Amino acid sequence: MANENQGAGADEGTYYVPAQSKWPIVATVGLFLTLVGAGMMMNSMSAQTSDATGHYVFFAGSLIMAWMLFGWFGDVIRESRAGLYSAQMDRSFRWGMGWFIFSEVMFFAAFFGTLFFIRFFAVPWLGGEGDKGVSQMLWPGFEAQWPLMTNPDPEAFPGPRELVNPWTLPLINTILLVTSSVTCTKAHHALVADNRSSTKTWLMLTLILGFVFLVVQGYEYYHAYHELGLTLNSGIYGSTFFMLTGFHGAHVTLGAIMLTIMYIRIAKGHFTARNHFGFEAAAWYWHFVDVVWIGLFLFVYIL
Amino acid sequence: MSDHHHGPEKGLMRWVLTTNHKDIGSMYMWFSFAMFLLGGSMAMVIRAELFQPGLQIVEPNFFNQMTTMHGLIMVFGAVMPAFVGLANWMIPMMIGAPDMALPRMNNWSFWILPFAFALMVSTLFMEGGGPNFGWTFYAPLSTDYAPPSTTFFIFAVHMMGVSSIMGAINVIATILNLRAPGMTLMKMPLFVWTWLITAYLLIAVMPVLAGAVTMMLMDIHFGTAFFNAGGGGDPVLFQHVFWFFGHPEVYIMILPAFGIVSAIIPAFSRKPLFGYTSMVYAVASIAFLSFIVWAHHMFTVGIPLVGEIFFMYATMLIAVPTGVKVFNWIATMFRGSLSFETPMLFSVAFVVLFTIGGFSGLMLSIAPADFQYHDTYFVVAHFHYVLVPGAIFAIFAGTYYWLPKWTGHMYDTALSKVHFWMSFIGMNLTFFPMHFVGLAGMPRRIPDYNMQFADFNMISSIGGFMFGVTQLLFLFIVIKCVRGGEKAEAKPWEGAHGLEWMVPSPAPYHTFTTPPDVK
Repeated sequence: MANENQGAGADEGTYYVPAQSKWPIVATVGLFLTLVGAGMMMNSMSAQTSDATGHYVFFAGSLIMAWMLFGWFGDVIRESRAGLYSAQMDRSFRWGMGWFIFSEVMFFAAFFGTLFFIRFFAVPWLGGEGDKGVSQMLWPGFEAQWPLMTNPDPEAFPGPRELVNPWTLPLINTILLVTSSVTCTKAHHALVADNRSSTKTWLMLTLILGFVFLVVQGYEYYHAYHELGLTLNSGIYGSTFFMLTGFHGAHVTLGAIMLTIMYIRIAKGHFTARNHFGFEAAAWYWHFVDVVWIGLFLFVYIL
Repeated sequence: MSDHHHGPEKGLMRWVLTTNHKDIGSMYMWFSFAMFLLGGSMAMVIRAELFQPGLQIVEPNFFNQMTTMHGLIMVFGAVMPAFVGLANWMIPMMIGAPDMALPRMNNWSFWILPFAFALMVSTLFMEGGGPNFGWTFYAPLSTDYAPPSTTFFIFAVHMMGVSSIMGAINVIATILNLRAPGMTLMKMPLFVWTWLITAYLLIAVMPVLAGAVTMMLMDIHFGTAFFNAGGGGDPVLFQHVFWFFGHPEVYIMILPAFGIVSAIIPAFSRKPLFGYTSMVYAVASIAFLSFIVWAHHMFTVGIPLVGEIFFMYATMLIAVPTGVKVFNWIATMFRGSLSFETPMLFSVAFVVLFTIGGFSGLMLSIAPADFQYHDTYFVVAHFHYVLVPGAIFAIFAGTYYWLPKWTGHMYDTALSKVHFWMSFIGMNLTFFPMHFVGLAGMPRRIPDYNMQFADFNMISSIGGFMFGVTQLLFLFIVIKCVRGGEKAEAKPWEGAHGLEWMVPSPAPYHTFTTPPDVK
């Protein structure tokens, strides 16, 4: 990696093609070890053995991933600050981030689709609707309802005793995330106006709101597990509830990490009023996570 | 190293660290071929077991692992990477770009694949064996009744998804952003168009597959009930999610093939492609329709009548844009000055045999008839007719078409024709009899069968061995061509068109560092 920035400069009409890089292969090894470790951990958990090898593999993989993220993004930041990127490169990054977010939308779509299918087709059919009477043979007493409080096989899947009231913690979380989208946009406007201290204030506020959201979400999970009997094992309602909210929570975490990096970069004096795609990409992601939450609030909690 | 016209680095690390689209394209192609041989050798095991009725060579459970792995490896390891390799090599050259838009991510997309497949193939050696539930991994076979190695299979699928999505994003950014001045969208070669649309399909459905395997993982290890009716879930839900991915996936494996054939047939007919615009719209229509036909894979699982009817007619609709394409290819050849070099042989075979696969698909789309065909060898015949002489013949055609450009040498044309005819005969011998045994009711994915199917199965096996061995000849032809041979001109086919033929053969390590002007 000695010849880091070989290739054409940022003048229009020529292209910047980066030199060889070790980061992709480091990323591959990191991803591979992380997933193999996770698989070993899960298999050993389900087989109830106390084999700890998976933990070490997972930990090693995660460390390599973290190193790679700093190294790879570090290279990109250095190249960007050295002025090696043209307007065209900027557009490539924008297409890249945009379609990455679209792929995430489709990932969530799989889980939302699952929720709708279960709610409007699978559970009513289990209750005997339509001409498919099989469920009546297997579980004659089963009654379809949504949210599903009593599962067809209550011994294997004890249903939840109670559900999360949408107008308590989830409403607070909705307010938190929507507000954080506003403050994030405020931060962006301040950055465009070249007002650094205002940018930092708004961004810090966004981060705090995101962080409080995660704390509230964690508390809600604790509450669900310990007081409501709503768990991963409480049948399809618990399955879809935790899948959707948990997956969303993981994305909020990722978005918050991105915004934290942006805060550090802004504090270090990176970006200009015109050139700050790194910040914009993180902000896009944040807004995306926010929109997904609105969907969750509506379809998982309220309706 | 300030000169950006320099050549490649030396040694192994050139390939590991490279950001060059040609290096990465070559790696994709070689990886794909290695997987083609691996998946093919599993097919040989299957055909050997089915050579005669009765159980003679392998255990039924191992047979199931072979059918599963054969499918997974061929779909995700052989066909998809080959098209990504061709995209890497050809799209930048066809649109006058110096490289892919995001070269480092391009390297990452590739290098994930060998690791993902190492993980997936290693499941065969784990306790309890590898995945044995078919490449479609229906729950609850893949959850409640699956071997423990399924966890690693799931993570391998996740890795392939990451690779495909990044590859697709790269293709889209390249095509939309790096075209040379004057290369408007409607001037792009069809291979570029088909890949643009394929990339959208990939980004839309690979995450859905990731969602499906994630729910499997949750059901296996974390007590959820997505695919378990006892908890209010539904095994049929798995099939819906899977086929929402799976049907666009089969077009992901054929649209780039359409693009390749649409480049080759005009070149050897010495005529411009008939109906370029309608070709673009046909591909887009096929891609759109692919999202609303998934349940035709599920006619027999007990979906409501209105669903059967909707998915039946939506599926039949696909025949319209596909018919447009076949018509255009034939119209391109009509009154053309035809010559039958190897790429053209494979392309003409593509048009004829893919159409046969299309027709059997049309038969399968008829919901009441599908109750008879479902899960028989008729289905196996159908999808092998669209994938072998469809996707794989197109990959051969493209390879023979562009190999002189890649290597700078002309390959052994006589041997390549032997490769074509042996493949053509072997493939038809293998798969054509499957239509008959399928219609007569022979179920797929079973290691034993009724005596009445014996003759046709023996013919299939002989054809299969013939096709399999022939592919070693292909390996020989390619290696021979890489190592030397008659010098190829910049444009070895006089009827060929496109920017890729304006650069010398072999194409320099860096092409179009300043964009060419396209008239």
